[in-house]
Parts: sequence; C-alpha cells; structure tokens
Amino acid sequence: MDTPGWRISGGSPLRDRLPRVATVARVIPETSKVTTFVLDAAIKARPGQFLMVWLPGVNEKPFSIVCPDPLTITVANVGNFTAALHRLVPGERLWYRGALGRGFRLSGRDILLVAGGYGAAPLHFLALAARDSGMAVRVALGARAQEDLLFPGRFAGLGCRVWTCTEDGSFGESGLVTDLLQSLADQHRPGSVYACGPQAMLQAVAGICEARGIPYQVSMERYMRCGMGLCGSCAVAGRRVCRDGPVFSRLPPGS
Amino acid sequence: MSRLDLSVTICGVLLKNPFVLASGILGTGAAILERVARSGAGAVTAKSYGPGPRAGYPNPTVLDWGSGLINAVGLPNPGVEVGVGELLETKERLRPLGVPLIASFFADTVKGYGEVARTIAQAGPDLLEINISCPNVEDEFGQPFAADPRAAAQVTLEVKRATSLPAIVKLSPNVADIKAIARAVEQAGADAISAINTLGPGMVIDIEAGRPILAHRVGGISGPAIRPIAVRCVYDICSAVSIPVIGIGGVLRGQDAVEMIMAGASAVGIGSAVYYRGPGVFKRLEVELSTYMEAHGYARLADFRGVALEG
Repeated sequence: MDTPGWRISGGSPLRDRLPRVATVARVIPETSKVTTFVLDAAIKARPGQFLMVWLPGVNEKPFSIVCPDPLTITVANVGNFTAALHRLVPGERLWYRGALGRGFRLSGRDILLVAGGYGAAPLHFLALAARDSGMAVRVALGARAQEDLLFPGRFAGLGCRVWTCTEDGSFGESGLVTDLLQSLADQHRPGSVYACGPQAMLQAVAGICEARGIPYQVSMERYMRCGMGLCGSCAVAGRRVCRDGPVFSRLPPGS
Repeated sequence: MSRLDLSVTICGVLLKNPFVLASGILGTGAAILERVARSGAGAVTAKSYGPGPRAGYPNPTVLDWGSGLINAVGLPNPGVEVGVGELLETKERLRPLGVPLIASFFADTVKGYGEVARTIAQAGPDLLEINISCPNVEDEFGQPFAADPRAAAQVTLEVKRATSLPAIVKLSPNVADIKAIARAVEQAGADAISAINTLGPGMVIDIEAGRPILAHRVGGISGPAIRPIAVRCVYDICSAVSIPVIGIGGVLRGQDAVEMIMAGASAVGIGSAVYYRGPGVFKRLEVELSTYMEAHGYARLADFRGVALEG
C-alpha cells in the first residue's frame, strides 16, 4: 500500500471512513421549515464540502457543511429523514461521514455569493472562510417567499453586504435571485461568483457569468447513494456530484 | 513501452488492455461509462439489469471499513426494458473508442435469466455477464444460483439458448468448491468466467449505535482485504477449466493485476480501486503493468499468464 508515487484519492487501508458520532449541542430554528443543528464536534473541511448524515434505522443523506467548528448543518424539513432530524433535541446524537467531495476554491478580492433557497447553507461556510482571508463578500439571497429566505441575518452578522429578493415579493426585492445577480454583476463586477441553488438557477448563473467573463463556481445538489464516487447514482453528464463535485467550476455540459 | 502488447482477446472480443470496469461501479449511464472508457479501461461493464425496476436498499449502502469496502446497494436498476435503451446509447458512445461493452444482468428464476438475456441482447453488447452471484439475488431456497453447480449450469444453459452472444458467468467466492461450479458452467456452455463477486456477506456494527451500519445490515466485502481470496479462486478456476477468466477482487495496482494474470486470469476486473485511486486508475494500472513487464522482459500478457499454475 506504500507504493511510491501513490496519491490516495480515496480511503486508506489503515484508517476507516465509517460514520462518527456527534451530540447535538444546540438547535436553532431558522424558518418555519428550517432548523440548524450545532454539534459538539469539529472537522477539517473546505467550504462546499458535505457530510453524509446517518440516523441509525432511518437513513443516511448528504448535507452541506454550514460551519466546520463547531460542526453545523442546516436542515429543511422536506421528508421522512429530515423530519427525523428535526425531532432531535440537544443531548441526542447523530452520525456523519465526511467532509466529502470537492469544495469551493476561494479566489479574488471581492466575491459575490448567490443563493437560491436552501443553497445558502454551503455559502455560509464560504462566507466564513472569505471573511477570515479578508475578502469583501456580497451576498444575493433569493427564495420563493419570506419564510423560505435562509440566513439573511447570519450573512449580515459576518460583515457581508446582503441583498434579498423573493419570488412573491414578500421580502426584499420582487423577482428571481438571478435578476439580482445580473444587476449586481454589472454594478460591482465581482472577481468571482459562487452559487448554490436549484438546477435552473445554476444554469442562469452560468449564463450570466459566462456572458460577462466572470469566473464562477456552482454547488450542485443530487440524490446520492454511496457518497464515495463508486455507485454512480449522482452522476450528471459523466461527472460524479459526490466526488468530482458538488462544486464545479463550470456547469457540466448537458446537466 | 511501445513494443509491449497489453491487449487480450476474450471470446473473440479484443480488449486493448486487460482492465475491465467491474459491474456495479459507476455503470449507471452512458455518459459515465464513456468517461471510464476514455480514461483508459480495456472494457466496461454496465450495472446489472434485472427483469423489472428495483429501488435498491436505503442508505447507508457502501462503507469504507478500513481494509476494504462493504456494500449492500441492492441492485437498483430501472429494469431491462429501460436498460436496453441505456445500453444502446452506451454502445453508440463506446464504438468509436474501440472499448467493448459488457452487459450484466440478473433474474430471480432460471427462466427469468433467459428472458432478460433475450431482451438485453437487443442492445448489441459485445459480451453478456450473467450475475448469478450477487448476494442479493437468491433462488427459492434462499441461495444465490452461484452456490449450486446444478443451478449455475441451468442458468447458463438457459441464457445460451436465449442468445448467441458470448456469455461470461460471474461466480461467487462464498462456496465450498468453486472448481465444481466453474466446471458446471463451462460444461453448460459458458464462454468465460468472471470471479469473484463480493465476499461474505459481512457486517459492520457501529459500537455507539449498537447496530449494523448498512441499512440492509449485511453486505458484500470488496477491496484490498479480499485480494488473496480472489487470487486463490481465480487460481482454482483456471486449474479446472479452459475458458478465459476475468479475475476480480481487490486489484488496486498493476502489480496486483500481474498476480491475477499469473493465477491464470485473461483480464482483470477493477472495482473498489476506483474509490481508492479515482477514475484515473485505469491509466495508472496500465503504466504499472507495463513497467513490470518491461522490467521482466515480457512482451505480451501470455508470456506470464498462468505461470503460477505450473509450479
């Protein structure tokens, strides 16, 4: 196993990658549907990486890392598994594998983050890292309605300039976050754009950035099974979202 | 390196190198199989298709337990009717690359194997792989078909009657006498054998949760931990039959492939190595195998194939 020239890109025979247990330290309601769980754990991770969170007897699903220390995830209650997560109270435990996947690469002095709905989760970690390296961070947050708008206060608290919009006009400007991106991109010419959200939004972001020659990275969300780049469940246009992504510096063609 | 010939012909199908993407790894669609082909695989195997759609098991389905992997994915697939379309597209994309396509399939009855084979053959894959050994595929007695020489032979016969495509039978290591199974499928008309499927089943228990981690509780073991067993199985099979064998099980390095070929394998399956070394593993394996051959004065794989059997 020690053959010279080996770059182990997966696991090591000397070290397992089995789930680790963590205790829920704090539960923070974000919106009517979304809750943040702060764990009594800390991990090494890059912004954009994710965890496979396991609840024994329930399931195991991917979640963006919102903060690596203390390890934090933010969960929208959208199905059986997330409902089970939402029932956790401080002192109870969950298990996680990770950090997994390829994260964002930070570059530029002045960056713009674009979040559609729950896409704000990985961008929060990115904003933390960008702030720590002294970058100017602008954030465009969009959601269907006010109750779906995630983290406006958290981003502002990190010293980011925040713009918000909702599709129904219930908060901030009325419209799509990509409209906001268009005007911010023209006004401020960000060095880089980082986006996470639904596929249609990411496609629009790619189009807007490519038309203006602005480098961008997008974080994609897909149904995942192994999370280890083996099973192919999350493959999009030949790229494995779990291992080649979830962050891509171009949207995979045909995705 | 140019004077080296890494090619091998199995059942009349030419592979430019002996490295075959094993079934169940990345084989979920045409685009990803094309990527594997472009990254240097000698042949690729698509994921197993069955008679009808299967959702597979809930997560966790695959784990790295330190010395290998354990999986119970549960053969998720859209069913062979949809599979034919996917395989046709894959074949289309692979043709210009000169990389053969192996179509893997399973069923739950002997007759079912024949029916799935007939359907899947419409896609025109270069080879069929009869999966009689997935721990999730059991006959009415709760045993995989690979566990009994008679059942294994019946399935092989049924498939050979259903199609004229060359058929590889994938064997399980979880049997008392793998030679008997190998002989039975050879006599029934198998054109080649691939071995081994995963070992086990095994179980990994989380000691904090006090329960098995896999949702299916048990799963097949693969990766470096099973290589010596895979090599022994290939050795046994090659000493018992004369049809070609694809050696599979824990091959991570070119040197491991040499070991398989010395045990008699004509080609070498690559699965867990995609996890340990990434999809670029095929190019690296080729370099490592070539380096070994050059250092030992071998020009072709046949120069050292089966040498361990002679001793």
